[in-house]
Amino acid sequence: MTWIPEAASNLAGKVDGVLLVITLISIFFFVLISALLIYFAVKYRRRREDEETPYITGSEPLEILWTVIPSILLILLFVYGFVVYKEMRTPPKDSVDITVTGKQWLWTFDYYNGKKTLNELYVRQNIPVRMIMRADDVLHSFFIPAFRVKQDLLPGRYTQLWFTPTKIGTYDIFCAEYCGTGHSAMLGKVVVLSPEAYDIWEKGIGVDDGAAVASLPPAELGEKIYKEKGCNACHSIDGSIVIGPSFKGLYGRTGVLEDGSSYTADENYIMRSILEPQEEMVQGFQPVMPSFKGILSEDDITAVIAYMKTLK
Amino acid sequence: MEKANMEESHGHIHHMDPEVEYSSSKLGMWLFLGTEIMLFGGLFAAYAIFRAKYPEMFLESHQELNREMGAINTCILIFSSLTMAIAVTAIQKGKRKMAGLFILVTIICGLGFGVVKYFEYSAKFAHHIYPDTNIFFSLYFMMTGLHMIHVFIGLVVLGVIMVLTFKGKFNEKYSTPVEMGGLYWHLVDLIWIYLFPLLYLVG
Amino acid sequence: MANHTIATNVYVSFLDKKGFLSWFLTTDHKRIGILYLISISLFFLIAGTIALLMRFELLTPASDFVSPHTYNVLFTLHGSLMVFFFIVPGLAASFGNFLIPLMIGAPDVSFPKLNLASYWIYLLGTIIMLFALLQPADTGWTFYTPYSANTDADVILITLGVFVLGFSSILTGLNFIVTIHKMRAPGMTWHRLPLFIWASYATAILQLLATPVVGITLLLLIAERSLGVGFFDPAKGGDPVLFQNFFWFYSHPAVYIMIIPAMGVISEIIPVFSRKPIFGYKAIAYSSLGIAFISFLVWAHHMFTSGISEVAATIFSFLTFLVAIPTAIKVFNWIATLYKGSIELHSAMLYALGFIFLFTIGGLTGVFLGALAADIHLHDTYFIVAHMHYVMIGGTVMGFFGALHFWYPKWFGKMFNESVAKLAWFLIFVGFNVTFFPQFFLGVQGMPRRYATYPEEFQSLMSLSTYGSWILGLGILIMTVNLLKGLFSGEKAPQNPYGSLSLEWQVPSPPPLENFEEIPHVTDWSYGYGKKKEVDA
Repeated sequence: MTWIPEAASNLAGKVDGVLLVITLISIFFFVLISALLIYFAVKYRRRREDEETPYITGSEPLEILWTVIPSILLILLFVYGFVVYKEMRTPPKDSVDITVTGKQWLWTFDYYNGKKTLNELYVRQNIPVRMIMRADDVLHSFFIPAFRVKQDLLPGRYTQLWFTPTKIGTYDIFCAEYCGTGHSAMLGKVVVLSPEAYDIWEKGIGVDDGAAVASLPPAELGEKIYKEKGCNACHSIDGSIVIGPSFKGLYGRTGVLEDGSSYTADENYIMRSILEPQEEMVQGFQPVMPSFKGILSEDDITAVIAYMKTLK
Repeated sequence: MEKANMEESHGHIHHMDPEVEYSSSKLGMWLFLGTEIMLFGGLFAAYAIFRAKYPEMFLESHQELNREMGAINTCILIFSSLTMAIAVTAIQKGKRKMAGLFILVTIICGLGFGVVKYFEYSAKFAHHIYPDTNIFFSLYFMMTGLHMIHVFIGLVVLGVIMVLTFKGKFNEKYSTPVEMGGLYWHLVDLIWIYLFPLLYLVG
Repeated sequence: MANHTIATNVYVSFLDKKGFLSWFLTTDHKRIGILYLISISLFFLIAGTIALLMRFELLTPASDFVSPHTYNVLFTLHGSLMVFFFIVPGLAASFGNFLIPLMIGAPDVSFPKLNLASYWIYLLGTIIMLFALLQPADTGWTFYTPYSANTDADVILITLGVFVLGFSSILTGLNFIVTIHKMRAPGMTWHRLPLFIWASYATAILQLLATPVVGITLLLLIAERSLGVGFFDPAKGGDPVLFQNFFWFYSHPAVYIMIIPAMGVISEIIPVFSRKPIFGYKAIAYSSLGIAFISFLVWAHHMFTSGISEVAATIFSFLTFLVAIPTAIKVFNWIATLYKGSIELHSAMLYALGFIFLFTIGGLTGVFLGALAADIHLHDTYFIVAHMHYVMIGGTVMGFFGALHFWYPKWFGKMFNESVAKLAWFLIFVGFNVTFFPQFFLGVQGMPRRYATYPEEFQSLMSLSTYGSWILGLGILIMTVNLLKGLFSGEKAPQNPYGSLSLEWQVPSPPPLENFEEIPHVTDWSYGYGKKKEVDA
């Protein structure tokens, strides 16, 4: 069993140091206390009903001892925790800025070059990154266990955290502040790429799964996008209403819009709904869907529609 | 013995000793006043935080408040604390009618306070100023509103005490409820004395 | 005090008089304690069942038992019922009511009618809560804004229920403080008071001073939802984090309201079943006050990742480490009490020793969370869930169960089956650890809390935790049935089956109506076990 996710950022090792030291001290005191407890309970168990016991009421030297020693240890632990924390809260001057917006229930990332992604954060190995974060609606919290970083996102105010990714790979992003029905579906991935791979990604070509993605049949690609781009946070595929209409039976459906006019969910309507969600809202739903303009390409949208067609 | 004396003075056996009962009531009332300070303390803390954040908004918005009415209310309450104190001294000297009368005056002052507040709030609403207009007015309505609720509770309590006073339930040996009612009323007054400058006299 | 002992009083147990009104209108602290005991136990069982449902859902990663929304409602209810309706009133309202007058040598509390009113207010709070269930909240028991200000559920009713409950807590605290100051029997000096009284006193101060703050916090939330005020709304110039500051200003002292009485219970049980004086009486007594004082200064350690400044975080981390010190002192003193004792492992003692073991784990894991760098990783994960349950169940509930088993003969005049009690203890102890110890690892691995669905990699530990919850549930069920059975068919209890020196054990079981035929004159503390009697000259 892995005790802790592999340390994948410059800060992770330091945080793990703090965790380890506290663990060791805790184990020491836990073993000491439990051993004494069990030892005394066994050694001094009552053997005769009338056995005598000594009238011991206390010991000042002992009180001092077990007040001073824990106090010293605790102060040391405080200092250690603080020192690492200070570094975690001080981004280097040359860090690269990426903006995170959290909204119910997905993450959008805005890069310094104008690129945007949804739920997937792309970073370059060994380059420090400063995440500038804001929530659109309620509290969220951006948490990357492998990097040992976490910070709440607030509406109306920017917060930040920083890290330098040290290992190439893909790691989980969780929302760590309860934000409603889709809280546990608000998942993301941070993809750490080598400088060369990052350059390729930056230019817009698909990266690790570029070739694989290109060869997927549209409906399968659509299903992949459904799961990875956050559609599943609000749209079910089994007919139940989560936040938005279920994809099941959606393609080709007719109905009434908010303004009373009728609609048919054909390719164009679906595409318009993905790019300008509030323009033609179906009656009875809340205007909370974000726009995927710049996030899903036309091919992506085609794939999603193909997937929808399979959900009768 | 002691128990018999106590029964005489207020008709039921309670603690062993009227001294103990009196000091217990006092301690209890002071502790209760402590909780009221913590309750309003939260609002005062919010006031401090938002005033530091939006000094101009506070300066500008508080001009809408009617200083004259606020000042009148302040005088009414201070005066009512005086009449309440007189009532307490009176009952401690056994002067039941005087005590009852001064409690009545206190209650009338409290009602007067309420009337002035009614006009104040109505004027605000007429000018489309509501609790959600901005943070200053949220604080204004919440703080004076919560205070007003405490004034009304005080009026009910004092009303009961007044009736009991006129019925002869209290005398120089036993006047604890009157004193406790007085303490509560003084707190209500004290809170207003802080509210008034903070809300009406910001500039 | 005159020496007239015309003891013509025939012993009348306080339980004798029957009838609904004799209970609903009672001003007897012993009966009021029972009213609270029944109510809080009921909520404990209901909220516990909700927890079993939650853990059942969490057997699998997907949302296949209940929908995510229902799960969120469940954890909100579980938390709200457990915190406000069980554990905050908890030991104080039940055992505090029963024991305080008896332990200090008084016939009742200072304000018996106020005591009854406190209970009625508690009932009113529960009724409001029942109405709140019609549109149950899904905000978590912490009601963080902006979500709680905007969500569709009936947040106003549930927070109103909690607000009303707060009054019950405040008035109980007030009553106990005055009682302890003014009603002690002659000779019962402060330093002769049983440690449960010191603990109750410290707790009462917290109830009195901290609870109004949650009152105003919830009022402001209600105002935000109903009047549109914007203290917590950034669009109106407010600050959502301000809610957290207000909320935790109460809720941190509240956790000490939860634990300090349980610590008081442990300080009573261990000397009796070791037949030794409590080691370090003054240290334990004053540490309760010390903990209560420092508890007001550490609230933002719940908010290290909330967006507070680094300076604030640093100060709060430092103060948090301070509060660990008086807590640790107690544990060392309890263990020293066992040294050279004559120890009987009665079920009450098993709960007390279990408390020390489990609370130590809970307390040590609190050190992780006080350390800034570590807390960043662990906050809002299952590590927190494990920590809080180790201190609340491993601590408070163990203390509560221990108190139930210890004072059962005194309060109800009956004995329960001791062997079954030991079996139940064992199941509870094992079940609790299997449920919650894996959750520390889940947290370190990054599993966030309040997740209705979760990534597959966490399933083995999550399902292990669920199996543990079944063992824990079974243990609690057996314990409950055993204790209830004793009420009906248990042996009659002797006055002092365990040889305690404390005042409550010097009156019949159950105690008579006004506790003492004659108010005792106290000449020594209640921990004189093993003291050699002075030879009369």
